[in-house]
Amino acid sequence: MPLSLQSFPTVGEAQSALSAGAARYMGGGTLVVRAANEGDLSFETFVRATDRSLREISVADGTATLGASVTMAEIARHPELSTIASAARAVGGPAVRNMATVGGNLFAPAPYGDFSVALLALDATVHTGGRELLIEEFLAGRDAFDGIVTSVRFQLPAADAFRFAKVSRVKPKGISVLSIAAVIEEAADGTVGAARIALGCMGDRPMRATAAEKALVGKTLTEDGIADAVAAIGEGTAPLTDAVASAWYRGEVLPVHFRRLMLA
Amino acid sequence: MAKKVPVQFTLNGEERAEFVESGATLLKALRERHGDTSPKGGCHQGTCGACSVMVDGDLVLSCLTLAETCEGRDVSTAAGLSQDGVMHPLQRAFLDGFAAQCGFCTPGMLMAAKALLDENPNPSREDVVEAISGNICRCTGYEPIIQAVLSAARANSHVAA
Ligand SMILES: Cc1cc2nc3c(=O)[nH]c(=O)nc-3n(C[C@H](O)[C@H](O)[C@H](O)COP(=O)(O)OP(=O)(O)OC[C@H]3O[C@@H](n4cnc5c(N)ncnc54)[C@H](O)[C@@H]3O)c2cc1C
Ligand code: FES
Ligand code: FES
Repeated sequence: MPLSLQSFPTVGEAQSALSAGAARYMGGGTLVVRAANEGDLSFETFVRATDRSLREISVADGTATLGASVTMAEIARHPELSTIASAARAVGGPAVRNMATVGGNLFAPAPYGDFSVALLALDATVHTGGRELLIEEFLAGRDAFDGIVTSVRFQLPAADAFRFAKVSRVKPKGISVLSIAAVIEEAADGTVGAARIALGCMGDRPMRATAAEKALVGKTLTEDGIADAVAAIGEGTAPLTDAVASAWYRGEVLPVHFRRLMLA
Repeated sequence: MAKKVPVQFTLNGEERAEFVESGATLLKALRERHGDTSPKGGCHQGTCGACSVMVDGDLVLSCLTLAETCEGRDVSTAAGLSQDGVMHPLQRAFLDGFAAQCGFCTPGMLMAAKALLDENPNPSREDVVEAISGNICRCTGYEPIIQAVLSAARANSHVAA
């Protein structure tokens, strides 16, 4: 069967077409059109919704809502999203960033999904046709997810609380060896009050580094203070082996890059 | 037979209307329906950048863009860079600076460079490297391309000054 595209003005209509079967939702198309070009025969129809709200970015009372069709380029240049711009800029080269959407990034298999690593550290919620899921829940169930993501929402971190690093071999736009996102809140006495740390390429999807998070709380961001967290950062990970790096290599360099990010 | 759908857009400023196969890429439509062979199909995976064009002023990969999504939009390609037989300053700089060998990557490089200069007429070397980071060249070693983009920017700022 030849491919075809069906565009709908509303998410509801697109959802009906998607549920009819042999169809794939298309965000920016960087992964689905590539799959079709490579001969993926698991679908016959690209479905998309053109609803304007999917393209909206809103920031109010410290909460950011990004429509699922918002692109990495739009995030990277939005004046109110400058704290997290580094994560959007980590995705591909300029043309990919002009196409790659927030919604699509949530489904991107490792070694992709750099922006979703940031969303996990930011404790985002994922909104889908009336339902609201914690990002952890969403990521855990994403393989069986057959709905349409409409937006993601999160509290914007304080300017110095968000840290992000993408490690790649080819600069500036190579695929991730790994990525790390962290939201670190420091208390008035300079110790870490709360920490959320997320890792990319350390499993088949973005994951939390809970042991390292626990080891950081109450400590200072000094060489001594972070030592336990650095020792614990690889706990529970199952790094990926691909053309860019082996699981062994990823496991070896994770503590090195985590340490640098915490001391930066 | 694939379903054919009408798609209208402007291509390098000219109104165009064609029937394309539903689900066909913009790369295919440009090359096979519109006679514009400037975007090259290198990898069809988004990796090489040879197919780069601009849609409504944004650099995109035509191999991963469906033609139908360009309905009513403004598409520009490397074929539209020269005006009335006069080369665009970027083309002139590529030629003068030996920034092309086999030339396969050149149309995509030119579009990536144009997207940069449209937004930032006075880029740093780092900006240029970032701007062409999605484009692979197997011949030049990149340095002549980077220098050509910088020299086109300098030539332009000289004219504007
Ligand atoms: C050359 C190249 C380089 C890349 N580099 C990077 C990189 O450095 N980092 C990175 O993270 N990614 C990278 N990617 C992968 C990809 O571009 C991004 O992950 C992007 O964000 C995917 O978004 P999309 O809108 O293009 O997805 P699409 O291809 O449109 O969709 C991807 C998947 O998500 C589903 N989907 C999309 N939107 C929704 C929605 N709203 N609701 C439900 N399902 C949806 C689709 O059905 C499909 O299964 C790269 C891709 C290419 C081609
Ligand atoms: S052909 Fe489109 S990026 Fe290679
Ligand atoms: S000149 Fe041959 S690929 Fe660039």
